[in-house]
Amino acid sequence: MSELETLKAQALAAVSAASQLSDIETLRVRYLGKKGEITALLKGLGQVSQEDRPKMGALINAVKAEVDDAIVERRQVLEVEAEDQSAAANAIDVTLPGRGTGRGALHPVTLVLDRIEAFFKSVGFDTVYGPEIEDDYHNFEALNLPEHHPARAMHDTFYITDSVLLRTHTSPVQVRTMESREPPFRIICPGKTYRVDPPDPSHLPMFHQVEGLMVDETCSFADLKGIITEFLRVFFERDDLKVRFRPSYFPFTEPSAEVDVQCVHCLGKGHCRVCSSTGWLEVMGSGMVHPRVLEMSGIDSERFLGFAFGMGPERLAMLRYGVSDMRHFVDNDLRFLEQFR
Amino acid sequence: MKFSEQWLREWVNPALTTEELVHQITMAGLEVDGVEPAAASLSQVVVGEILETDAHPNADKLKVCRVDSGTETHQVVCGAPNARPGLKVPFAMVGAKLDDFKIKKAKLRGVESFGMLCSERELGLSDQHEGLMELAETAPVGTDINTYLGLDDSIVEVDLTPNRSDCLGIIGLARETGLMNNLDVCMPVIAPIEPVIDDTISVELSAGTACPRFVGRVIKNVDLSAPSPLWLVEKLRRSGIRSIDPVVDVTNYVMLELNQPMHAYDLNALKGTIRVRGSRGGESLGLLNGQTVELLGETLLITDDSGPIGMAGVMGGSGTAVKPETRNIFLEAAFFAPVAIAGRARAYAMHTDAGHRFERGVDFMGQSRAMERATALLLSISGGEPGPLVDTVKEDDLPVLPKVTLRAARIERVLGMAISEADVENILKRLDFEFAVDPAESEKVWQVSSPSHRFDINIEADLIEEISRIIGYDNLPVTRPTAELMMLESTEQAVSVKSLKAQLANRGYSEAITYSFVDDQKQRLLTPQVAPVALKNPLSSEMNVMRTTLCGGLLNALVHNQNRQQQDVRLFETGLVFEQNSSGSLNFDNIEQKNRLALVLSGRRLPEGWANAQASADFFDLKGDLEFLLGAQGLSFEACDLPGMQVGQCATVLMGVEVLGYLGLVNRGVAQAFDLRNPVLIAEIDLAMAMRRSVPRVVEVSKFPEVRRDLAMLVDRAVSASEIQNVIYAHAGSALLHLKLFDVYTGKGVETIQKSIGIGLTFQHPSRTLTDDEISTAMAEVVAALETKLKAQLRN
Repeated sequence: MSELETLKAQALAAVSAASQLSDIETLRVRYLGKKGEITALLKGLGQVSQEDRPKMGALINAVKAEVDDAIVERRQVLEVEAEDQSAAANAIDVTLPGRGTGRGALHPVTLVLDRIEAFFKSVGFDTVYGPEIEDDYHNFEALNLPEHHPARAMHDTFYITDSVLLRTHTSPVQVRTMESREPPFRIICPGKTYRVDPPDPSHLPMFHQVEGLMVDETCSFADLKGIITEFLRVFFERDDLKVRFRPSYFPFTEPSAEVDVQCVHCLGKGHCRVCSSTGWLEVMGSGMVHPRVLEMSGIDSERFLGFAFGMGPERLAMLRYGVSDMRHFVDNDLRFLEQFR
Repeated sequence: MKFSEQWLREWVNPALTTEELVHQITMAGLEVDGVEPAAASLSQVVVGEILETDAHPNADKLKVCRVDSGTETHQVVCGAPNARPGLKVPFAMVGAKLDDFKIKKAKLRGVESFGMLCSERELGLSDQHEGLMELAETAPVGTDINTYLGLDDSIVEVDLTPNRSDCLGIIGLARETGLMNNLDVCMPVIAPIEPVIDDTISVELSAGTACPRFVGRVIKNVDLSAPSPLWLVEKLRRSGIRSIDPVVDVTNYVMLELNQPMHAYDLNALKGTIRVRGSRGGESLGLLNGQTVELLGETLLITDDSGPIGMAGVMGGSGTAVKPETRNIFLEAAFFAPVAIAGRARAYAMHTDAGHRFERGVDFMGQSRAMERATALLLSISGGEPGPLVDTVKEDDLPVLPKVTLRAARIERVLGMAISEADVENILKRLDFEFAVDPAESEKVWQVSSPSHRFDINIEADLIEEISRIIGYDNLPVTRPTAELMMLESTEQAVSVKSLKAQLANRGYSEAITYSFVDDQKQRLLTPQVAPVALKNPLSSEMNVMRTTLCGGLLNALVHNQNRQQQDVRLFETGLVFEQNSSGSLNFDNIEQKNRLALVLSGRRLPEGWANAQASADFFDLKGDLEFLLGAQGLSFEACDLPGMQVGQCATVLMGVEVLGYLGLVNRGVAQAFDLRNPVLIAEIDLAMAMRRSVPRVVEVSKFPEVRRDLAMLVDRAVSASEIQNVIYAHAGSALLHLKLFDVYTGKGVETIQKSIGIGLTFQHPSRTLTDDEISTAMAEVVAALETKLKAQLRN
């Protein structure tokens, strides 16, 4: 009996010590192969007495199974190790850049326009577009800017004919909307506008505007202050942003107000090139729609009131993203644009 | 407009610092553009008198002066040509500071100099540097120059909106400041001048409401040889106006002070009666500025018996101008209506202070006051004998200021806050507005009349604006608008522009914004078939017509990048293009404005990198981008020949039978004109069509197996892929699910006029498994059709 025990111990020790897959195969042949040592014991059962044979056979078969299991288990371990080793030898450099296409960027003015549109859409303002080549009536007359009005001098206009021009603001879209829709309504009008200004750091002959208009039975100057203040705080992501309203003049609103925000660069601390150390930045024009403008577009100015506002996305983009020169917006330099990816 | 703070404070002097005053003015709606000191910061500069001058021993142009500073005499070397004994000048003593410049003892060409005699520029008063600043003979020697010249003053520049022309004079600014601080305005005493002579000039007004009032006065025997006094010169200077002679200076002074432009004529040059009338055809006028203009229609003129002698409210004529030797003058202070003056100066490419005021409006009751003020000032400076003031007026043609109804309820509705009746009435009083409560109304209603200097008050909104302004916008409430919810429409049959842009950015394209006006000549290379809309007043010839394609702008943007070492460029733009859509004269209705999307592509297919193939992008990259962007919209592409595009590499993009746009490789002519490097591909499509989508309708997915069969064939090179596909689709039967063109080969083993094509056909039946026989039959029909229709040779 001890012979079988010894053989088993010897075999198991050899299997667990095997470090190569080829050793395992050798051990399998040595113990379990046709001429293996354990196989030989089974073959030798013939010499064992009839009486002892079943018991003996069972014992040898148990040893055989145990050794076989050990071999299978050890082989799996060694196979995994071997795979790991070969994989390690073929390791890739994970720091190499990935494969594939590059990514472009949206224009910063588009980013600003999208933010403006999202804000106003959230409070029910519809986005409306209109022609960039306009007629004199919609760009000026209908906005209370008759011919020779001194305020026209503030709109250096590109003309196509005496009465056809490049719109100087997006207000004509408001006029077209008032002519075609029944109040109440709330709209914003984004788009390109044009004025005869040679390009310089703070002027472009083509720039964008977003104008907003709300016409309803109840809408007041206080509401205008409210919505604009909130918009600017959301836009600049500053809950405590100071906003001030200053009396001003636009022929199409009355009362009219310029809107200043606390300088987002120096926060009013002064010695600042962005706000010329005034602590304030002019960002919008606004006001209650002039009754005459409502009437000209066929809206009863006794029943309905309106407020309107206008802002320049380029100006907002400059403040928001720290752009120092308006001309960057039309250079389309990839090194500038790709910073907005 | 610029004004002197001191001058304003002579009229009304609130207990505010300069900074506080400036802030108050700004918040009242008169935006302050800048504040600057009236002079350099000066210390130890006094009124000095040159006692004697000697020649400098070592320099011809220098003089050695002995200067009295009030307490002692100093030796000063000076190079000014006007240095002479008896002259009183600003004298900066040793130790004086002119801004940061310190005066020290110095040796000039071997002669010691103790201090400096100053020009206007050295004091920071003007750019005048011709010689020493000459002070009046009466200037007290030794007086500090700041005190003597009143230099402790600020010059404030306000950017007035067109409605606040009442503030184009100290009188208006003072009223506004008084109003804001609840202070009375202390106006100078302006008493009527007793005439000494009887001379008058008769005036006839024949321009109706354009000129309903003309105040005139003859003054004889004035002496214009003495210059204007320092106080007058300084006030003008601080308002940005140079002193000319006493007559011009006085009229300018009255304009700045009382906001009433005036004009002076040489009495001896006037002939007969003065008439105010509109211009007639063929008239011309020589102006004060030396220009002679052919008069356009509708120009309001001052004429005498000889013809036009002035452009009313804008500029006087040269023939009747006051000259240094003039002794007898005729002064004019008239009211010209804004509509009669507006735009006239601009029509003649002129801008004058008078025109600026008249076209915005002046007080139509202020002419006599201005005349009395100007007369008194001129008499005190230049002497003379005044005639009677003659006020020629057509009462019926004067502006009529309406009584305006103001309702307390409306104020509350507009401002979102009720204002107490007492507050409203107090504000109206401070504004000098007269009002009466309307007893007929059950609600509180006032009838308000404004004074003649507030002719801008015409409707209730004007009054509400005034009230809100005086209360202060910052004191009005801040609320959120309330309104009925309105549901915005939302469609699934179009993809948003925002989404298209995001997809393009994700595919490597950056968004460009280029000018809508472009160079006509360069654009013609791309769209010679389209008549562009031209600008009448372009900024330059490179921006002279509206774009008919977005591609020109994108090519310029590409070049900008190529010239800055950026060779791999993908850009897109969306925006309007413009064209005249019918012949005849251009008008708003026949200009078509269409939204487009354009792409430009040049450089590598993939970014440079170890893992990316180094091929250049070609036609199929751009085509792939379009297919990606437009999705399954039934696109097809047809070879075409377009201007600016290389022959054989250009296609029309179709959606069904509609033309969506085109894409292709730009040809050599365009590349040269735009200075392009490397092959450049462009595409332009209609944006509205590109946005179209159909709402998906699902087809049941078949549960039965797909079967694939591949075909390899040789065809003529001229046979297009779409021809092959069409033949296959027509003959493969309804079980053909799709086909993939997986290989195109030319080269070794294929004759040069042929190409080898590999196509995989996938079959599937919706409701059963296809048999081998069915597929073989279908394939046989396909092969037969390809052989007969396209002369294809099947390869094994």
